[in-house]
Amino acid sequence: MDFILQPWPWFIGGPLIAISLLLYFYFGQNFGASTNFETLCTMSGAGKVSDYFKKDWKQRDYALLFIVGLIIGGFITEGYLIPDPTIDLNPDTIQELSDLGFLNVASQYFPDEIFSTEVVFSLKGFLILIVSGIFIGFGTRYAGGCTSGHAITGLSSLQFPSLLAVIGFFIGGIIATWFLIPILF
Amino acid sequence: MKNIKFLILGIFFAIVLSKTQAISWYRFYEMFTFQSFHMFGIIGGAVLVSAIFMQLFKTGKIKDINGHKITPKPKKKGYISTLFGGALFGLGWGISGACAAPIFVILGFKLVPALILLLGALIGTFLYGAISKKLPN
Repeated sequence: MDFILQPWPWFIGGPLIAISLLLYFYFGQNFGASTNFETLCTMSGAGKVSDYFKKDWKQRDYALLFIVGLIIGGFITEGYLIPDPTIDLNPDTIQELSDLGFLNVASQYFPDEIFSTEVVFSLKGFLILIVSGIFIGFGTRYAGGCTSGHAITGLSSLQFPSLLAVIGFFIGGIIATWFLIPILF
Repeated sequence: MKNIKFLILGIFFAIVLSKTQAISWYRFYEMFTFQSFHMFGIIGGAVLVSAIFMQLFKTGKIKDINGHKITPKPKKKGYISTLFGGALFGLGWGISGACAAPIFVILGFKLVPALILLLGALIGTFLYGAISKKLPN
């Protein structure tokens, strides 16, 4: 039981993610997470505005259950499986973020500077999250996949577009962390 | 109820991502600044082990629950779309520290911020759907 409550090392995480992919395919479906954004748009009636969303979402009921599972899993882990949320971050990273003005760096999973209630309800904090979300939604559909669909499923099945997508992910991620975050904070 | 297994798999996947800290904003910041091996180990390890499974799918040694051959869907081709779309996704990921699956997991940790991210992602998806025919591939 003690092991479950400790943070899990990377060499446990990699294989367990692969086993999740294996089971998803074994159950007869293609592993990925971001198509669900499309499905949720379809369910919200986006088909009335664009033919792109005219799909039968009921065929993706399994994926919707998977998302519900993700949410439940998040609540369970947050509530019961992480007694100590400290992140064992590189001291250089901690220093860098502290210099940018971040407080209590790595004492929990999510920095208050982006995720605290106070920040989220400020104009700047709200815009940071909503615009990030728009980039995530637009980008993942334009690229045809996210970390699960491209980086893990696509790379492991040796698909060339996925390699390009992952290079794109890193170009964007590096611009964000090296240039945008120091400007925003 | 035959799909209840996907619900359980979702719970399992969420626990794996959360316990390995692969949903933490700090972990992604650290990854994009190349200051830690942790996330590279997780993603790289997942890709390597998955590659072995993909070989077993290809050779038919592992079949799906109905006895059918497993073939991952081919990804759409298009240099501009994958690279540019990927970079846009990376911008959002780098700032918010969240990619697609973790947004749903983070709902269990930070409900309101995750709802805003999800709302944004749906707006972004909607925008893409509305103009997709006019975009270069």
